Amino acid sequence: MLLSIAWKNLWRKKLRSLIVIIAVTLGLIGGILSAGIMAGASDQALQDALNDYVSEIQIHHPNYSDNYELRYFIDNSDEFNEFISNIEGVKSVTSRVKILGMANSPVNAVGSFINAVDPGTEKTVTNIYKRIADTSGTYFESERKNPIIISQRTAKKLNLKLNSKIVITFTENDSTYSGGAFRVCGIYKTHNSVYDEMNVFIRRSDLSKISSLPENISHETAIRVPVDEDMETVKNKILEKYPDLSILTWKESQGYLAMASEMMDKMIYIFLIIILLALGFGIVNTMLMVVLERIKETGMLMAVGMSKFRVFKMIMYETIFLSAVGGVVGMLISAGLLRNWGKNGINFPGMEEGFEQFGFATHIYPALEPDFYFTLSFLIILTGIIASIYPARKAVKMNPVEAIRTE
Amino acid sequence: MKIIEVTNLHKIYNSSEVKVHAVRGIDLSFEQGEFTAVVGPSGSGKTTFLNMMGGLDNPTEGKIFIDGINIGELKSSKLTDFRMKNIGFVFQAYNLIPVLTAKENVEFIMHLQGRSKNERNERAISLLEQVGLGDRINSRPNKLSGGQQQRVAVARALASKPKFILADEPTANLDSDSTANLLDIMENLNREENITFIFSTHDARVVKKARRVVTIEDGKVVSDLTK
Ligand SMILES: Nc1ncnc2c1ncn2[C@@H]1O[C@H](COP(=O)(O)OP(=O)(O)O)[C@@H](O)[C@H]1O
Ligand SMILES: [Mg+2]
Repeated sequence: MLLSIAWKNLWRKKLRSLIVIIAVTLGLIGGILSAGIMAGASDQALQDALNDYVSEIQIHHPNYSDNYELRYFIDNSDEFNEFISNIEGVKSVTSRVKILGMANSPVNAVGSFINAVDPGTEKTVTNIYKRIADTSGTYFESERKNPIIISQRTAKKLNLKLNSKIVITFTENDSTYSGGAFRVCGIYKTHNSVYDEMNVFIRRSDLSKISSLPENISHETAIRVPVDEDMETVKNKILEKYPDLSILTWKESQGYLAMASEMMDKMIYIFLIIILLALGFGIVNTMLMVVLERIKETGMLMAVGMSKFRVFKMIMYETIFLSAVGGVVGMLISAGLLRNWGKNGINFPGMEEGFEQFGFATHIYPALEPDFYFTLSFLIILTGIIASIYPARKAVKMNPVEAIRTE
Repeated sequence: MKIIEVTNLHKIYNSSEVKVHAVRGIDLSFEQGEFTAVVGPSGSGKTTFLNMMGGLDNPTEGKIFIDGINIGELKSSKLTDFRMKNIGFVFQAYNLIPVLTAKENVEFIMHLQGRSKNERNERAISLLEQVGLGDRINSRPNKLSGGQQQRVAVARALASKPKFILADEPTANLDSDSTANLLDIMENLNREENITFIFSTHDARVVKKARRVVTIEDGKVVSDLTK
């Protein structure tokens, strides 16, 4: 009965309640949509990074990452990959010879990782082949000799176009120089400009012709593990057989990515809590008005035997309703909009540069986990409860005799 | 049977700059089944006296026993509970919850007492019939006249099966027809069901209906007549 009275009381001053409810609705729509965009962008950045170049697990010689010295390689790469691909949970695996060298054009030279890949398996692990626009060539499908794939950024810096010639140079183990001429057969572009500037791709078979590195070795092995929970078991199985290698999951190797995605989760809640706090003050104000308006009525209720506790509860219920109605409407509208945007994505024209420096896509698919709505519902009710404390205490503290005096 | 006994009751209001000695030593007792008017001019202390008997206000001095219980010794929360179980109240105005229907208003007090839904429903309807509002049970207070609202208040006061009903100027806001009607209903309930009524008034027509008339002036009982 208290609930029903509280609900009916909510609609006594329809306009005033509606204004508060609309404020809560709009505040939450703003908050939820922003949260959805932030979460979507952050999740996309993570997925893009994983799909384009990170992969769930990377394996190196333990010393390789210190200085990228070519002598720190993994032996018997073929057998190694064979072993890994048979582990349960592994979707695909590829190995690269990865050399820190220079890419030179007639006008300029840039330092770059020369990734000598096996295009067949590489395509099952990274999405670089999808990052080549239709007009920008292909992923090693050209007939020409010594094809190379460079990024749009590198192309610009070196003033290169499709089919331009480019000379790759690097230092081998014993400080002898090696190198060769390649032809640009594809120009790619990921959402991470830093990565793009630092990576070019050639075929493993073409590298053999210009380098004295042994066959069947690799510097980097990348593994895709689609199910998050499998990641650690796969890692441990490899570690069991190859205890001397450096085997890192993306969470370990890309500390920044992992942290950014975790931080984003927290940011979203902080952001919403601030919005709810602001709305909470509006609700407190409204409920104080309510309490003042109903002094005589509340006094009568206490006089005839309604306990302070019940009066408190009744006002708390009304306050929760006030916040929850707007909360539910706001969440429904936002969830609807996010569903639509989540399918089609939204664009942020003019902001490409800024976004890409942080590895964010510019076409964002907002998304929020169902968990988010549960937590938010809880926070909205909590807002109602907290906002009711001050007005309800005011109501309970008054003296029924004073309240019902009719003079 | 004595249900209320008041001894040496005093009330001094200290709240404003001046002290007001509103009740100055009242000794009275009330029996089960009385139909009593407390009369006196405005400001004589009727409301103050009734409020103290109803456990709404604390005496400055003196004791009030209801059914042998010294209500001055009850803690605030106990007292609220005591009021709910033992005393029916009818005030001059603001008796009803505006968002509830007549029936729901009567049910409300039984809800506080934890009565079952069925009992609440049946009793509320039968009480509203007794006060002549059988056809208005689903009306909200703002759709009822002042007299009808006071009759709902009487039904509400009866709903908790109290030991007695305190009514502070229940007819003050009513026209003479509604006043007569409300008094008739109260009188009937008193005669037929032995419900104890103690009501204050300064209306001579209301006083006429009472079987016992306690007159207060300046916070003191100046006469106490039983017909
Ligand atoms: N809360 C209060 N503070 C100060 N004086 C009060 C208060 N309530 C009542 N009084 C005074 O006490 C006296 C008795 O008032 P009241 O009991 O209301 O009389 P009645 O009901 O007979 O009109 C009056 O002089 C009134 O002004
Ligand atoms: Mg009075």
